[in-house]
Amino acid sequence: MIALVLRRLLQSVVVMLAVALIGFTLFRYVGDPVAQMVGQETSLEERAALRDELGLNDSVVVQFARYVGDIAQARFGISYAIDRPVAELIAERLPATLELSLVAALYALLVGIPMGVYTALHPARLLSKAFLAVSLVGISLPTFFIGILLILVFGVWLGLLPTFGRGEVVDLGWWSTGLLTASGWKSILMPAFTLGMFQLTLIMRLVRSEMLEVLRTDYIKFARARGLSDRAVNFGHALKNTLVPVITVTGLQLGSIIAFAIITETVFQWPGMGLLFLQAIQFADIPVMASYLVLIALFFVAINLAVDILYHVVDPRLRIDRGTGAGQGR
Amino acid sequence: MSAALLEVDGLRVEFPTRRGTLVAVDGVSFSIARGEVLGMVGESGAGKSLTGNAIIGLLEPPGRIAAGSVRLAGKRIDGLPPDQIRRIRGRRIGAIFQDPLTSLNPLYTVGEQLVETILTHLDIGARAARRRALELLGEVGIPAPAERIDHYPHQFSGGMRQRVVIALALSAEPELIVADEPTTALDVSIQAQIIGLLRRLGAERGASVLLITHDMGVIAETADRVAVMYAGRIAEIGPVRRVLESPLHPYTEGLMAAIPAVGRDVDSLAQIDGAMPRLHEIPAGCAFHPRCPRAVAGCDRDRPGLVPIGGSEVACLLYRPEPGEAAHG
Repeated sequence: MIALVLRRLLQSVVVMLAVALIGFTLFRYVGDPVAQMVGQETSLEERAALRDELGLNDSVVVQFARYVGDIAQARFGISYAIDRPVAELIAERLPATLELSLVAALYALLVGIPMGVYTALHPARLLSKAFLAVSLVGISLPTFFIGILLILVFGVWLGLLPTFGRGEVVDLGWWSTGLLTASGWKSILMPAFTLGMFQLTLIMRLVRSEMLEVLRTDYIKFARARGLSDRAVNFGHALKNTLVPVITVTGLQLGSIIAFAIITETVFQWPGMGLLFLQAIQFADIPVMASYLVLIALFFVAINLAVDILYHVVDPRLRIDRGTGAGQGR
Repeated sequence: MSAALLEVDGLRVEFPTRRGTLVAVDGVSFSIARGEVLGMVGESGAGKSLTGNAIIGLLEPPGRIAAGSVRLAGKRIDGLPPDQIRRIRGRRIGAIFQDPLTSLNPLYTVGEQLVETILTHLDIGARAARRRALELLGEVGIPAPAERIDHYPHQFSGGMRQRVVIALALSAEPELIVADEPTTALDVSIQAQIIGLLRRLGAERGASVLLITHDMGVIAETADRVAVMYAGRIAEIGPVRRVLESPLHPYTEGLMAAIPAVGRDVDSLAQIDGAMPRLHEIPAGCAFHPRCPRAVAGCDRDRPGLVPIGGSEVACLLYRPEPGEAAHG
């Protein structure tokens, strides 16, 4: 188990280095940062001095090593556009995105899995057919469209929910949360619903098809033949076997929820990293873009690591046999 | 009559489909006495497994019992509400399926699966259940059960897994064991061990066994009586020695002739021409008559019922009592 974690950690470091290289390359190919930072009347000498000061004249290898060293210490550089440390900007925006993603993911899981189980266990019931029809809508409608529809209905027509922002935020020092206030919860409902909608339908359909598959297996039939109760068979035996692939997809989806919160954050003007990233693109704010890239990659890698470890917890076949060999002695 | 543990009478299993109803098991009647091993042979699709599934109440939809009855110790068990038949499954009727590799849940240790089954049916505590699980593993011949009980199914070989499956089927001391092709997926050398084990454990407990197989050799070694099935019907049923040595039904004769004798050179193996009809094209009259070498007039019209002939029962017009004789008798 420890060997596995170490091996995976090592792989993660390699992946992160590769991503850092891409982030680093951004600096070199998307225009001249100095030209972006200074005005037209800046002299050539001043520009050269600035280049020197920023370390842009060193060799590529040295610059990359410095870059990796910096991001390893969470020093992401200075934003070209706002002239503030990127780390600060991200620290301000990160809680908003993570809270939104977490609420969306929990909603997708807590609603999607029971819906999937229900439709698998009672395929003929009307409610199952309704779930499937709704899921088709959820999977085919673009996210922003659902968001705009929600704003129209609940924000404009009914006036029940705020249409933008996070609402009141409680500052915990290192973290600002909107989940401790009523207005914060009101504000997060629509964005989280929008963001989680696609994942919910995906999880529901995945759970359904996996569960149908598992219910056809011999060990489920044998479990019934042993006289176990329906509940023990469906939830103890079938659901647990269903969860292995669901964990994979959910893990990957959590990463993409965080990464693709961009659209939802734009629709709801949610002050998260996605919005920050979009603004950064407009201003060719390379440090912010590169840092965003690295950070999102870090989330993906961390989640994948967690998924790998979870596998081993759920599925004994992946654990390495200790001592007494498998398949011996008949 | 009351000596019989299981009585199946006129069992009919149907599959409604868009193109009409398929009758997969048609008017099957037999009984199993306490402690008796009844073998059930037939080709694939003859309705053997469906008969077994119908008895334990696990027909897969849309299959259903359309007619007939199943009685366990005199009490009807077909058509019981799911919760009641569930209490009989595992408790009074144990089941063993074909493939031991896939019969066990891969995510639980064999001990967890045994204890779960024991606790479902017997009113004992968790510690007693584990003790019992250990005993069962020892009885079915798992070496070092105290160590193996906490292993997962994938850590066992195929033969060992089938032993675990048998332990699971026996865990609540059922009166009847329905074993559906219990050795088909195993090596020949392991087959004999498993069959021997099944026979010994059944005999020790006085349990009856319904042994479903297509392997005449297994039947010959194990069963007291044998039922030969063809196209969803019983062609012949009787004491195993009698059926094997002097078969009455032309289909059984064909089956026996098709088994090559050891130590005798033959140029070509005997076979029955044609194939068993599919469910939607079962002919009128006797289902076997288009392939039957001894078919007579009427075979394509009159469906024969089981007639007792010297200890056996056979469904064939050749053995129909003459109407005149019947009137005298």
